[in-house]
Formats: sequence, C-alpha cells, structure tokens
Amino acid sequence: MNRIEQRFAELRGSRRTGLIPFVTAGDPHAEVAAAVDLLHALVDAGADLIELGMPFSDPMADGPVIQRANERALSRHVGLTQVLAIARGFRQRDAGTPLVLMGYLNPIEIRGFERFAGEAATAGVDALLLVDAPQDDAAAVAALAAYGLHLIRLVAPTTEPARMETLARRASGFLYFVSITGTTGAARADAGAIAAQVAALRRQSAVPVAVGFGIRDAADALAFADCADAVVIGSALVDDLQHAHDAADACARAARFIRPIRAALDARKAA
Amino acid sequence: MKPLRKTEVEIDYNDYPDAQGRFGDYGGVYVAETLVAPLRELTETYLELRDDPAFQAELAHDLRHYVGRPSPIYCAERLSREVGGARILLKREDLNHTGAHKINNTVGQAMVARRMGKTRIIAETGAGQHGVASATVAARLGLECVVYMGETDIARQAINVFRMKLLGATVVPVSSGSKTLKDALNEALRDWVTNVRNTYYIIGTVAGPHPYPLMVRDFNAVVGREARAQMLEEYGRLPDAITACVGGGSNAIGLFHAFLNDRRVRIVGAEAAGEGIATGHHAASLAAGRPGVLHGNRTYVLCDDDGQITETHSISAGLDYPGVGPEHAFLKDSGRAEYVGVTDAEAMQAFHLLARTEGILAALESAHAIAQAIKLARELPREGLVLCNLSGRGDKDVHTIAAREGIAL
Repeated sequence: MNRIEQRFAELRGSRRTGLIPFVTAGDPHAEVAAAVDLLHALVDAGADLIELGMPFSDPMADGPVIQRANERALSRHVGLTQVLAIARGFRQRDAGTPLVLMGYLNPIEIRGFERFAGEAATAGVDALLLVDAPQDDAAAVAALAAYGLHLIRLVAPTTEPARMETLARRASGFLYFVSITGTTGAARADAGAIAAQVAALRRQSAVPVAVGFGIRDAADALAFADCADAVVIGSALVDDLQHAHDAADACARAARFIRPIRAALDARKAA
Repeated sequence: MKPLRKTEVEIDYNDYPDAQGRFGDYGGVYVAETLVAPLRELTETYLELRDDPAFQAELAHDLRHYVGRPSPIYCAERLSREVGGARILLKREDLNHTGAHKINNTVGQAMVARRMGKTRIIAETGAGQHGVASATVAARLGLECVVYMGETDIARQAINVFRMKLLGATVVPVSSGSKTLKDALNEALRDWVTNVRNTYYIIGTVAGPHPYPLMVRDFNAVVGREARAQMLEEYGRLPDAITACVGGGSNAIGLFHAFLNDRRVRIVGAEAAGEGIATGHHAASLAAGRPGVLHGNRTYVLCDDDGQITETHSISAGLDYPGVGPEHAFLKDSGRAEYVGVTDAEAMQAFHLLARTEGILAALESAHAIAQAIKLARELPREGLVLCNLSGRGDKDVHTIAAREGIAL
C-alpha cells in the first residue's frame, strides 16, 4: 500500500475528514531548511497530506494570492531543483505523510518529464497534480506510474458527466474536485452548489475525493466535510504566511492556522 | 516509438490541425479542467459553422461591407527602386476598418459568440489593435466587452486604449509579471475560467488551446486567399517570396496559409529581434526559443532552464510575446517556412523608408515585415516579386516613435 492509500485508509478507519494544506515552495522563505520546517509544522498541527506548489512564471489557474506567492518564490530563484530538495528534506523526518506536487507543465517539460518523475519519486514525492496537463495523456500517466507516482485528476463543476465517469475510472491516488468555477482562492466555495456532483463522483470513484479552491477556514471545511473525503486549503493559508517575519514565525502561523480547522473537523466526527 | 514523420513534400498543409488540434507535435489542449468542456463545446460549434454555407455567406457579407474587403495589393514602386531589387508588393490590411488585420478574426468570432448565446466578450491585447477590433464587434452586437491589457502596453498604446473606451469597452490594466501581452492573456484566461458560462473569449492570435489556432487562422486566411487570387489576376503568377511579421502569428498565418502547398513560394516570418537576439532582449520565440507549453498549447516558447517564461522585448507591443502559434512551430520544424529576427532598429529604418517613399505609415509590427521584405527583395532579381503583409497602420505608434527619437509632441 502506498502512502496515499495508507493515509486515506487511516482516515476512514478513524472516520476523520482529511486536511490538505497547500503552500508554495519557497514562500514565505526560500531556504530549504525553512521550507522543510514549515511542512513539518503543518503536519504537527494536523495536516494529513501536503500539497506543495512548484513556482511558475505564468500560473494561469491561480488567483492573486497564489500568483504573488509564485512571484515571491521566483524572485528568490526557487525552481524545481529547490522543490525536490524540500521534498527530500521533508521525507528525512516524515515517512508517512503523502506529498503532492502541484504546478504547471512547462517547467517539468523543460527539465524532462521522465527525468523529473524519477527525481520526484526518489525524493519521496507521492503524486503530481498538473493544472494544464491533459488528464488523458496515457504516456505521461505511464511515465509517472513507472516510478510509482500518481497523477491526481481534477474534476470541475463544468466537467461533463461522461468525462467525469472516465476520470473517476482512471483516477489514481485521489480525485481533486475543484469547488468553484474560477481561480484558486478567488471566491468562497458553496458546498450546497456542488454537493450532488461530489457525491456522484464519490459513487463512481474507487479512490477518495478531495475538494479544494475557495475553502478558507474551519466553517468552510466543515461545510465540505459531509460530502468529501478531504479538504484542501491553499490561498487563505498562503495569505497568512506571507506576513511571517521569519521562518519560526511562519511555522507558528501555520500551526495557528491549521489547528482550529483540525479541531473542527475532529469535533464533527465525535458529534 | 514516435510515428514516422512525413517528409516536407508529402505534407498537405490543409490536413492540419488534426481532430485533437495538433499540428504535428504542436498545438493541443493544455488547460485547467474547468475549461475542457467549454472548449469542446466551442470546437463543436465552430466546426459546424465552418461547414455552414449561411454562416460563411454572412461572414463574407460582413467582410465586404463592414471590414472593407477585399484589401488591395499595392506595388511599392518607389520603395522597390530605392531598395534596388525585386518588386515589393504590399497586401494592404492596414486599410481594413479599425486599421489592421485583427478585424477579420473578431468579426468571425463575434458571430460564433452570438451563435453560442454568450452575452459578454473578453479579449487580451498587446498593441491594442485586437482590443479595438474586439470592442468594435462587441459594440456592433450590443455585447459587454472587457479587454485585458498590460500596464506597459497601456502606457505605450494610449491612443488605442482611448479608442476602446470610446467603443464602450472596459480596459482592465494587468500589473502582474512583465505587464505585457502574455500577462494580459493569463488574466483573460482567469476571467474566462471564472465566467465561462456567459462569456466568450475572443483570442486575438493563432495561439491558445484548440480550436483557437484553427479558428483564428481560418478567419485570417482570407488575406492569403485574396492575395493568391490577386497575384494570379494582376501579375499572372505567384510571388517568389512572401513575408509577414510574427508575434503570436495571426497575420502571418493569414497570409501564409493559402501558399503553403505552393512549394515554389518562399515563406519567411519576421520575428521581433528587439535589441538583437544575442542581447537576450528580444521576442523571437521561433528563432531563439524551444518547444514547451504556454497558454493552452504546445509550441516554441522563450523560457529559462527552469522552464520559467522569460520577459521579452520589442519596440512593437504586438510582437512582444514569448510564445507563438503552434502552426508556425510546425512550419518551422517541417522547413516549409523560415523564421528570422528583425531588430527594433531595422524595423524603425523600414518604417521611415516606407513613409518617405510611399506615403504609408506602417504599424511598428508591420514595419518588421517591411524590413524583411526589403532584405528579400535585395536577394532577388529585378523581375522578382516579394509580397509583404502590411498588417496594420501606424497611427497608434506615433508617440512611441517620437519618444524613441527624442521628439516632444
């Protein structure tokens, strides 16, 4: 059993909703050690999986908060080499928390898709989520699978039913339901509007379903806990972390941000 | 294993793109999942309209009565004499309504938008010509229009910004990244992903995800179709060489497409070499870039070794773009077309020469094509014919030119 399956099995066993924070590599601090400490702080505060953004100059699907995080990271020269170093550093002290790299295709293509897949697997990465990669690209999926990496498929509110079924059938790791028609963090997600679609997706899929884009706090997370196996929180966290005055403060902020959400999700289970 | 490639002479260029929107290794659909269904719907609608005689008849009517087509081919006698080589012929797209080839595409796409029942038009613009052409067709159909434009471009194309406002459009300044065309495209894509249910995105060049490279090419291909017939009728033969400037590449593919299967016609695209390709300050994606993925398609891009898209430079806002249409990438690899760099200085020189010998102020974009036509004319004998797409007029650029030459207006 790989780390993602293992983690979702544990969540199911304890009837908990998964919590997946997103941070951009190199933001708010570029040093690899600081970035690794931040990821550990997220796990210590209650993260079940980690989504780590790979900086890109043209993040077309991202809202202003994550765009600026990308710009900050790039201004400190954080690219795929640093992302891999952060993954390796994280894995040295955490053998169990799944690590998903999220980003855009061009940096990976320029490095070489297969080369990067091999490097990511060696660094302890579990899955890639590529915003602008064709989700039915069999060659890319095969290249990732050869290294034991999952390609996380996304489903959006605009996805047509037949395609949703295909994506559910081919899903690997977990499915990511994009909760708003828009960019990351641009609007508050409405659980009522998408609950039926997420429920349908869960029925069709053998893998768990996470929901993200526009989930900001404990109240939002709770609203989606009824319909999803996990929730992703990105922009709101990134927005908070950018105000950190040093690496230790970033870790403290991460903990303060994640703990109440974790507590709310766990209290729901107990209720 | 890769499929065996056809040799250049075996290719029928009318066969591209394929059903997946691919021109050989290039093109395709590289977008966020939210846009997959809307693009499929757009593809279906467009392919239907493409074969619909009523749609094509209405388009032809509008091109004649609203745009002012056909545009003439003008023989630049004095320019040719001055250059001292082959005759230079100009396809006068600058005489179209709104002053550039861009209107050919927006008139067509506006009809597609209307068919799809969309109530809101968005567009990105660099030089402002596509923004003006989009605002124009939106006004004509009574649709809301929002145009994204980089802050750098707003500063250097103030006249076009005001024209868009006069036409009732909202111009949204884009302050991210390099504040030019690529960032305007990012922002337009973000708007579209958010408002896709009621919004039609008129992409202004032959880039973006399928079906845009096909659709924008089709709507601009009227330029080459007309030019080819005009050459046969007025000169009794095809030109020896044709040339156009290439930013995203819509005016170039518009001229080139009808000539692609005429293997004896030499085809040369002029990219913006800015301060010189060796300086790194340029926008020559084909001449100096590498295959990558940007703005929904696989094509040549200008990026660093980390895959980050690099900032480009050109005196002309319309060529200041780090990608290029995938069909041009295909034509470069197949060898059917050549792509060369023309510097800011060469474009300026050509601008002045054309103005003084022919009484035509060319757009700075088109001045790159004129510079290339001059080079080609010098290589050919006097009886040779070089056809150059004069894609737009230069009124919009007078402030940029004055500033560059230290003249206060």
